[in-house]
Amino acid sequence: MVTTVSTKPAGGVSTGTKNVHIGGTGRRATGGNGSRGGGQPPNGGGGDGGRERAFRDAAPQQYRIGMWLALSAILMMFAALSSAYVFRSTRTQQGWQAFSVPSMLWVSTALILASSATVEVARRALRRGASEVYRRWLVLSLALGFGFLVAQLLAWRGLVGQGIYLATNPHSSFFYLLTGLHALHLFGGIVGLCYLMLRGRRDATASGAAGKQLARVDAVGLYWHFMDGLWVYLFALLFLWR
Amino acid sequence: MEEATTPIEPSAAATEVGAAGTDAHAEAAAAHAPHGHHGPPTGFIRKYIFSIDHKVIGIQYLLLAIFAAFTGMFMSVLMRLNLTWPGHKWTILETIFPLGAPGGVMTPEFYLSLVTMHGTMMVFFVLTTAPQGGFGNYFLPIQVGAEDMAFPVLNMLSFWVTLVGLLVLISAIFVEGSTIVGNTDFVNNFLGGGGTGTLGPIGGWTGYPPLSALGKVAGPGQGAGATLWITSIAIFCIASLLGALNFITTLLNMRTRGMSLMRMPLTCWSWFTTAILALLAFPVLLAAGVLLLLDRHAGTSFFIPGGLVFNDVVQAHKGGSPILWQHLFWFFGHPEVYIAILPGMGATSHILSTFARKPVFGYRAMVFAMFAIGLLGFFVWGHHMFISGMDPRTSIAFSVLTLSIGVPSAIKTFNWLGTLWGAKIRFTVPMMFAIGFVSLFVAGGITGLVLGQTSLDLFIHDGYFVLAHFHLVMGVAAIFGMFAGVYFWFPKMFGRMMSERLGQLHFWPTFIGVYCIFVPMHIMGIVGMPRRYASFQEYDFLRPLDPLVLLVTIAAIVTAAAQFIFLFNFIWSIFKGKRASGNPWEATTLEWVTPTTPPPHDNFGGHLPTVYRGPYEFAVPDAPEDYVMQTTPDAGEGNVAAAGAGQGSGQGVQGSSGNGHNGQH
Repeated sequence: MVTTVSTKPAGGVSTGTKNVHIGGTGRRATGGNGSRGGGQPPNGGGGDGGRERAFRDAAPQQYRIGMWLALSAILMMFAALSSAYVFRSTRTQQGWQAFSVPSMLWVSTALILASSATVEVARRALRRGASEVYRRWLVLSLALGFGFLVAQLLAWRGLVGQGIYLATNPHSSFFYLLTGLHALHLFGGIVGLCYLMLRGRRDATASGAAGKQLARVDAVGLYWHFMDGLWVYLFALLFLWR
Repeated sequence: MEEATTPIEPSAAATEVGAAGTDAHAEAAAAHAPHGHHGPPTGFIRKYIFSIDHKVIGIQYLLLAIFAAFTGMFMSVLMRLNLTWPGHKWTILETIFPLGAPGGVMTPEFYLSLVTMHGTMMVFFVLTTAPQGGFGNYFLPIQVGAEDMAFPVLNMLSFWVTLVGLLVLISAIFVEGSTIVGNTDFVNNFLGGGGTGTLGPIGGWTGYPPLSALGKVAGPGQGAGATLWITSIAIFCIASLLGALNFITTLLNMRTRGMSLMRMPLTCWSWFTTAILALLAFPVLLAAGVLLLLDRHAGTSFFIPGGLVFNDVVQAHKGGSPILWQHLFWFFGHPEVYIAILPGMGATSHILSTFARKPVFGYRAMVFAMFAIGLLGFFVWGHHMFISGMDPRTSIAFSVLTLSIGVPSAIKTFNWLGTLWGAKIRFTVPMMFAIGFVSLFVAGGITGLVLGQTSLDLFIHDGYFVLAHFHLVMGVAAIFGMFAGVYFWFPKMFGRMMSERLGQLHFWPTFIGVYCIFVPMHIMGIVGMPRRYASFQEYDFLRPLDPLVLLVTIAAIVTAAAQFIFLFNFIWSIFKGKRASGNPWEATTLEWVTPTTPPPHDNFGGHLPTVYRGPYEFAVPDAPEDYVMQTTPDAGEGNVAAAGAGQGSGQGVQGSSGNGHNGQH
């Protein structure tokens, strides 16, 4: 991992945060500097070292691209499971007994929606350069994330109290499976937030790490929003399609 | 010629360009240590074991695949022996597999477990691992002009996860009823119980439920062994996802100056397409695997229908659908076929062009054909399920889509022929394997048009015709692509040439051998020989095929034996092969302009090359040589190159040094 060379001035903070430019790499190369993806600052320093440096600054972009790719893989997995769910609930309905919405799920939905908002506030605060505000909202997001997991766990316990287990019937199997896998992925998001917290101290002191930090926050934020949307989708699938 | 080297690194470039191909990686790395932006690791473990260098990881993948390939090949020979001489007593087998072959006689369950392990080993740990994880890892960053993969640590992780997957798969062989680990508490409580007297799971590499979902009750190999088998596949899925993510990011974000998408070698396009397929297909298999594990261990009924009675015991499951598994599995399974073959196509295009000394015919069409194949590959999974009771209207749709893959495939084939047309071909060993790839791809692919038609497939399905088809097109053709790649890139990877003479000796028996194995199998399939039967002794109508069965077995043994020539050549050449120059094949792409051979830790000695042209500029009119390196500026662009300090000119020096060292032709 290239970590050493970036000495970009603070202006790079705002340029590095454009959207991921996956399709945009097909431009004709001219043999000059311009063959990289979007959001690059113009290369000021002539000579060899300057050109090298301009290239290294493309590195933050890779966090965003990597995250989009990871999300597409996760999306495929849940798409496969959703199709299995729909297939099972329509084609072979044998033993299909849907239960009504555990009320705890409304709480968890509210929590995750709120957490998505706080992550976004934190992200924007960092982009403004307000790193103390950023840290505070990050902590709040983390708390909401844990709150969501606890609410999910309580919902599970409620169902177990009613005698509804994983193997009880197909609907409950899919319920536990989908919510469980989502919780697992959300836990990954929590790990990501923790990483940002730990990383934040180092990034605050290291010079020129701002672009990378923004990219990391963008990536984790993207993941978090995706988990939020995924939960809303799963909630709708499990209880509207039954 | 050294005067043009870059001002920043006089020592490294000057010494290493001249002595291109000095022995070791280690030396090259050491020479560059003071200049490296991320210094090369020191110490054996960081450098060769837990390395984050994509080149080392590529070689690790390759070695893993070679091990898996020889293991899988050994299993296939055992299967042929049993098919040809069922009931024969092979005394040595008793010592190796006391349970699978008691008294030296292979049991039918042993045969089935060989089928399963051979398939899983070959599909996942050879066909998916070597072309993408091996060559892709080593050469994708170099060919696009990057220092390393985008996420080197993730890259290391994906190799080690793959290795864990392989170890878990191998452990599935030993856990069943073995005296070492059989029927311990762990096996009984956590894995679903050991079986008796067999070797590994018997469900086949497709793992169809309910056989694969019911656990020990379904058969002797289906307890702990099958659990480990499905776990291994799930682990492999994760490894592939990590790899695919890395490949795509690297290709999108780390191309060097001037390396536009349409200037990439076709190998890079093939690895890119393959990575996209892997990224979208493996999650589906992972999902299916999770469901299967839940069915096996948590009492759910995703795949298990109600009312099943095994050994006079009514199974508690109800309402699941085995067809659901087939849909999920083949939604992964068909793209998987292209994951195996596309890198071979890329390597073949690359190598054909190099040794035909002509540009690839229809570069753009090749790229689009590759994407068309990848895209269509996601919509044809149903052709594996024509006999599953599918609605005929659905199967017509799948059939039409399947046959339409013939169009991009034909575009590729004709473009390969167009590349070869009228060329002064240099018949090196990599070139012969690349031509062999085209031959096998056509021979195996053409029967795809037969199998893609529902009415024909209904008759031929689950027989030797299918077996012959996919072994030719996805198995052997892909393996030929790998051999072409090994012989072609070996000089760059190890700094030495492989023996041409031994290569020829390897090529001919292999090429003729595989045709002798798989052409007769088509005939057997049409006669009606079914797959996955341990023996055909009971079937009188198959008796006339006995001579063919014997022929196939002899051909298989000869072909398998020929692979040891390759193995010897590979190992011997690493240590004793003729030293290779920086560009022994007079090729044009970036892997041949590295300052040392093998390339230094950061590939280009701290200075990424600049690309001025497409990848296959052979036989350019008015050019001083019959090829122009990608880093050679146009005459009109000379001032640009001059402005680029030592960059372009330094690489130009490397290109011409390649000429001087050419000892190959």
